[in-house]
Amino acid sequence: MQTSTLLLALLLLMALAYRFGRARSLRLAGGPRGIRRLHSLPSYYGLLTAIWCGLPALVVVLGWQALDDRIIAGDVVRSMPGAVMELSPGELSLVVNDVRNVVAGNVPAASVSPEIAAAAERWQRLESLSRIGAAVLALCVALAGGWITLLRISPALRARNRVEQLIRIALLSCSMIAILTTVGIILSVLYESVQFFRLVPVTEFIFGTQWSPQLAIRADQVGSSGAFGAVPLFAGTLLISLIAMGISVPVGLFSAIYLSEYANRGFRAITKPVLEVLAGIPTVVYGFFAALTVAPLLRVTGERFGLDVASESALAAGVVMGIMIIPFVSSLADDMITAVPQALRDGSYGLGATRSETIRKVVLPAALPGIVGGVLLAVSRAIGETMIVVMAAGLSANLTANPLEAVTTVTVQIVTLLVGDQEFDSPKTLAAFALGLMLFLVTLLLNVIALQVVRRYREQYE
Amino acid sequence: MNNVDPELVAREQAQVRERVERGLRRRYRAERRFRFYGLLAALSGILFVGFLFFSIIGTGYTAFAQTYIKLNISFDPELIDPTGKRNGAILRDGDFNGVVKRSLRARFPGVAARSELRELYGLVSGGAAFELRDMVLADPALIGKSQELWLLASDDVDQLVKGKNDRELSADQRVVSDMQFAWLDALGADQRVEKRFNWIFFNSADSREPEQAGVLGALVGSFLTLAVTLFLSFPIGVAAAVYLEEFAPANRLTDLIEVNINNLAAVPSIVFGLLGLAVFIKFFGVPRSAPLVGGLVLTLMTLPTIIIASRAAIKAVPPSIRDAALGIGASQVQVVTHHVLPLAMPGMLTGAIIGMARALGETAPLLMIGMVAFIADVPGSFTDPATVLPVQIFLWADSPERAFLERTSGAIMVLLAFLLIMNAAAVILRQKFERRW
Repeated sequence: MQTSTLLLALLLLMALAYRFGRARSLRLAGGPRGIRRLHSLPSYYGLLTAIWCGLPALVVVLGWQALDDRIIAGDVVRSMPGAVMELSPGELSLVVNDVRNVVAGNVPAASVSPEIAAAAERWQRLESLSRIGAAVLALCVALAGGWITLLRISPALRARNRVEQLIRIALLSCSMIAILTTVGIILSVLYESVQFFRLVPVTEFIFGTQWSPQLAIRADQVGSSGAFGAVPLFAGTLLISLIAMGISVPVGLFSAIYLSEYANRGFRAITKPVLEVLAGIPTVVYGFFAALTVAPLLRVTGERFGLDVASESALAAGVVMGIMIIPFVSSLADDMITAVPQALRDGSYGLGATRSETIRKVVLPAALPGIVGGVLLAVSRAIGETMIVVMAAGLSANLTANPLEAVTTVTVQIVTLLVGDQEFDSPKTLAAFALGLMLFLVTLLLNVIALQVVRRYREQYE
Repeated sequence: MNNVDPELVAREQAQVRERVERGLRRRYRAERRFRFYGLLAALSGILFVGFLFFSIIGTGYTAFAQTYIKLNISFDPELIDPTGKRNGAILRDGDFNGVVKRSLRARFPGVAARSELRELYGLVSGGAAFELRDMVLADPALIGKSQELWLLASDDVDQLVKGKNDRELSADQRVVSDMQFAWLDALGADQRVEKRFNWIFFNSADSREPEQAGVLGALVGSFLTLAVTLFLSFPIGVAAAVYLEEFAPANRLTDLIEVNINNLAAVPSIVFGLLGLAVFIKFFGVPRSAPLVGGLVLTLMTLPTIIIASRAAIKAVPPSIRDAALGIGASQVQVVTHHVLPLAMPGMLTGAIIGMARALGETAPLLMIGMVAFIADVPGSFTDPATVLPVQIFLWADSPERAFLERTSGAIMVLLAFLLIMNAAAVILRQKFERRW
């Protein structure tokens, strides 16, 4: 039986269990008139029956699904001729793959060796057996669960409380997914990083200034040892982020000030949504814009002034990234500025200050912590931004502070190391996870600080 | 009273007034300057938006037209069906390329040299032969007849007709040779070159040949991926929001959950890609490149957005409604399912649409889990290898062919149109159902 059919059958059983549970509670109460004698409404008895019918069976199905492939593979390998057992794990997985391919029908059984064909046949037999087993077990569990609950129904059973208890548990586990995700990120990135640091010392990774992760295929090849010093990547990331902040902070801050303190309603009604459009544009579009329009433009302009601008210059990527972050900075700054109490402004006007003096000497200092927090969040976003730099920044690690040259960033290297087929044991692939770890730690730190600052600031005026 | 010289007082007053006025002038100048900077910043934001759209639309609008060339095609049985049995399998293998080449030679009989012939054949796309094959398969009676047909032009010709290949350049700097110019001009003088609406762009998947490449495969991939994302992230997100707003006790665990949600909202998207690669693909063995794994990764990424938006929607429901329901004997769960959720639903849906719009535009994490493969088929299920629209844009932007440039911009316009529709839907939903209590 297919899994989908099995799930459908379970659903049907649950619907039946609901009907039976409901009907039984009504009968025990002595018909619709005796409903007052029940602790809960009849539908809760039905729900309880349905849940206990479906839930354990579902757990059985999922558990079976998770295990059966491995058990079958193990059994098939054991059943194969003795020579297979002596193969190395890598070769063994190749053999298992061959068998799988025959089973899936990708390779006709006639074209492989008889041992593999026999194993494939055994596999298919075990698989159909396992499917039947899963179906029988799940349906039995469902029937038993439903039956037991049905028998336990009595007018005194606190069905509503039980159902609601289960709902609460379900809700709690949904919100636990946030924690699970964080744990998953940390574990997956950390696990691969630890393996990486076994091959390459941490100090070399953090303080080394040479980055050339291409490993040689043969040992005698020129430049055969990959170098994993990430300083050029950090420097490149920093340079591009600095350029981006140099664009987005002044533009974002000033437009927020203008829109909240000066602009009339009409101008504000047009400009705000237009700026928000910038926030909604996918980063791949910005990347294309940077590579197609901004980089050539900068190069031509540079040539006019006698400057040699690389076609993948840090400047182009940084400028476009800055444009992307403008709405982020301006909406945060807007929040912070409007949070400053009007009384402070009135006091300043009363002393005869002009508007700009009020803004510069009263509003901005008052809003400063919040704005700093917002800028930190923006920095963390610039550091983690990927598509713009992948499309518009360079690939070769270059330790320079000149924005006209090509630099590479942490995210660019993660993408280039991981796109395409990869094995999980080469330092090249693992290096991407180590970079991911650094990225995660730095952005986490920035976010935690920024959120703390913003929260403390908001509380100040509430 | 001291005897004060009135003249001195007047002079001092004048001095003070002058100083104040000078200061005022300076301060007003500073005021105007400050205001001008603000205006400049706001306008430059608008300017950036305009420039971005101008540059995308300017390069992309031509992607929606495609050049066709009219040729006299004779369906020669010798080439198509040498056995004369009209058998489908044999027809499928017929030399339709030869048919196209023969008609081109017939049109320009003077061309003989091998290299020149290659250039001549380069006028028509390789896809034209497949079109002819499909025509013959649909109607075998065509064999032996000849017909005037519009054939798909190759990408270089297409670019030339659209005026993107400069005729002024010297011959070695451009893709189209002098002879191809001459042939095209001859065809053009005969009214045999035409631009039409580019349906291929919308109803075919990716291809190595720009003139045969379309966004349909990527659109279907995006749709499947977003279906997985929506199906998982909306129920889970709403459930988490309900728990945090309505049930969660004020304890350490709740704090931990909240901190995690806020931090996840700011984690770079590429880190979610690493998570997907290590956990879903390596550990759980979900097939690589499939919409299923893409949807799972995007679910984790959009969950914080949806949870935060849903919490705001739940918070906006006034407590008096809860109190009233509790007062007439409803349980907490009943309060939530009967009252709070229906009232908060528009806000939650708005949040879900915005989350989906973000997921639709996301590229980086999908690169990590292998959705960057070249896929020439439209994906049919959640486990088929697929790509999504933004990744398609990334792939095309990397292609060296000039004709992919306009197609990249065209695909961006399609993507932006979808985002516009989704955001407009969110705004309309908000305005229509938002209630102020």
